[in-house]
Amino acid sequence: MSRPEHQAPPEIVYGGDEAAKYTGNSRIAAIQAEMAARAVELLNLPEGYPGYILDVGCGSGLSGEVLEEEGHVWVGFDIAPAMLEVALEQEATGDLFLQDAGQGMAFRPGTFDGCISISVLQWLCNADKTSHHPKARLTRFFSTLYSSLRRGARAIFQFYPENDDQVQLIMGCAVRCGFEGGLVVDYPNSKKAKKFYLCLFAGQEVNGVKQQ
Amino acid sequence: MRLITHNMLQCHVKGCNANNFPLELQEVVLEQEEAELNEDFLRNMLGKIEYEALVATCLKLDINDLPAAMPADAAYNDEFLQILHRVILETHIKSGKMVCPNCQHIYAIRDGIPNMLLAEHEV
Ligand SMILES: [Zn+2]
Repeated sequence: MSRPEHQAPPEIVYGGDEAAKYTGNSRIAAIQAEMAARAVELLNLPEGYPGYILDVGCGSGLSGEVLEEEGHVWVGFDIAPAMLEVALEQEATGDLFLQDAGQGMAFRPGTFDGCISISVLQWLCNADKTSHHPKARLTRFFSTLYSSLRRGARAIFQFYPENDDQVQLIMGCAVRCGFEGGLVVDYPNSKKAKKFYLCLFAGQEVNGVKQQ
Repeated sequence: MRLITHNMLQCHVKGCNANNFPLELQEVVLEQEEAELNEDFLRNMLGKIEYEALVATCLKLDINDLPAAMPADAAYNDEFLQILHRVILETHIKSGKMVCPNCQHIYAIRDGIPNMLLAEHEV
């Protein structure tokens, strides 16, 4: 089967029918929840610390549920209105936005204690419109994300890189925007279970003092 | 969208970098939804809230419960934390619009969801 990001833009691929299917499929939901739990773990927040967390590409709110269970307050955005509609039907507890990650985001500096994103990042490497330049969109995304995180916070992206070039492109853009970090690979020897997590750090928290 | 999140938003139109906060709420419909009080979370947020802007926004929405200045002992002032909780975590904006005070861009809110999409020339 071809990769979904090769078929059409995300708001089309995850249109009405697909949004319901995606959310109603218990196997997909279970895998999503598992990856979200792993991403939250990689955020490495202090035990019992209730954070204000951003979910990039929140979809129907599956990963938001995981954040909620961990005691966090979350804010999510997605470019697919049909997915957000499902999130509303499911009474998602986070604040939802209709937003395109490639256009950057509108949060004040230092807003979030962390960011997670499940199965989204590879979409940003697409050029769905002639005006889309993946490098420019990735740069706008990472630079505004960097600013919206408090210093020392992490952003964890589970994603499906197509090849090494794509990883290099993404990593290069993130580093130019100030992030440090690297790739965590779970189950590296299993073709099916193998999962990639890009772990980015937004600067350092020096001696517990937040550097803005 | 809860009022806490509105307090974290600024305009993100290209080149709109000054006087772009807070986005002015117009024609809003509000709804109160009960939520569990989480004092640790509120304490965590105290340093991030732009309090003056929050109070000003609330006054325009006829929410007069917050003191004009944040109490010095805010983190352990139970009465204040309860009011703050009610205002920023239980007050939801269901519909309306947010207008940038600088470039006048209008972000519409429908079903509680702000539309943050920009036109090509605004990116
Ligand atoms: Zn503006």
